[in-house]
Amino acid sequence: MKSLRLLIPLAVFGIIAVFLFVGLSRDPREIPSPLVDKPAPAFTLAQLHAPDKKLSTADMKGQVWLLNVWASWCVSCRVEHPLLVQLAQANVVPVIGLNYKDKVPEGIAWLKQHGDPYKLSVVDADGRVGIDWGVYGVPETFVVDKNGIIRYKHIGPVTAEALQKTILPLVRELQKA
Amino acid sequence: MMRWLPWCFAFVLGTSFAAAPADVAQDARLKKLDEELRCLVCQNQSLADSNAPLAQDLRREVRSLADAGKSDAEIKDFLVARYGDFVLYKPPVKSITWLLWFGPFVLLAGGALAWWSVARRRGRRDAAVSTTVDDTAVDAGVERARALLNDPRE
Repeated sequence: MKSLRLLIPLAVFGIIAVFLFVGLSRDPREIPSPLVDKPAPAFTLAQLHAPDKKLSTADMKGQVWLLNVWASWCVSCRVEHPLLVQLAQANVVPVIGLNYKDKVPEGIAWLKQHGDPYKLSVVDADGRVGIDWGVYGVPETFVVDKNGIIRYKHIGPVTAEALQKTILPLVRELQKA
Repeated sequence: MMRWLPWCFAFVLGTSFAAAPADVAQDARLKKLDEELRCLVCQNQSLADSNAPLAQDLRREVRSLADAGKSDAEIKDFLVARYGDFVLYKPPVKSITWLLWFGPFVLLAGGALAWWSVARRRGRRDAAVSTTVDDTAVDAGVERARALLNDPRE
């Protein structure tokens, strides 16, 4: 009994150590979005390649789609871009590009150089729609379901692993629903 | 021409002073608000301190909301709805933050309890030791000491 009592400080230390260790292994850059499982913030924005035409979130109702936030100045967008191009070729899910705080000619030139995986891109020149969607680190990718509810948010460049293990299975499941 | 110059100065000064008080109050309010909000890109800086493009955009957003007559609480709600509680430097008290808010006090109370129980046990042991000493022997010693002190030969 007495020796058990001596173990109490060790147990308390162990519990605190586990908490701190879990805290260390988490990425502080990944802030959970409060928008997941909430309706996607509505926007109506001009299209990148056709400034006189608009796209609004209401136009996407009834299908599962991805919103990918990108910009020509964004270096890590280049990392994920080949994957998005592949995804577009597979024709699984429409990807809408949100051209975030970019200049239109530069955005168009960037897509010409690296390939255009987007069904279409819309222009968010002053970043207001980005703020509505809680964007803080480009690139970001959202999965939106048929009812216009955000189901998942990926922060940073999409990796092959994230695409195969999380995003695509979720998309298929949502498409069945 | 020279005759008009003082009037021009007066006009410029007048307009700048007239515009000043409301702006100064608003600036102070926005500065305080920006200091309570976290920049999400450079996470250990407030919106007021950060020069990241997103922080500039969010400051602009805060200003336009304030100009539209929103209260501080409404502005914070606007940002929390988009970026989560993380955007607040002071986390709100709710069930998932209880450990954060009250954990240190629980640890302090636990430490105090442990210290108190150890001290009490030690006090009891000391008391137990002193009762084993023969009181008559102590009294005899005190008597001898007193006798020595009062001895006129020394």
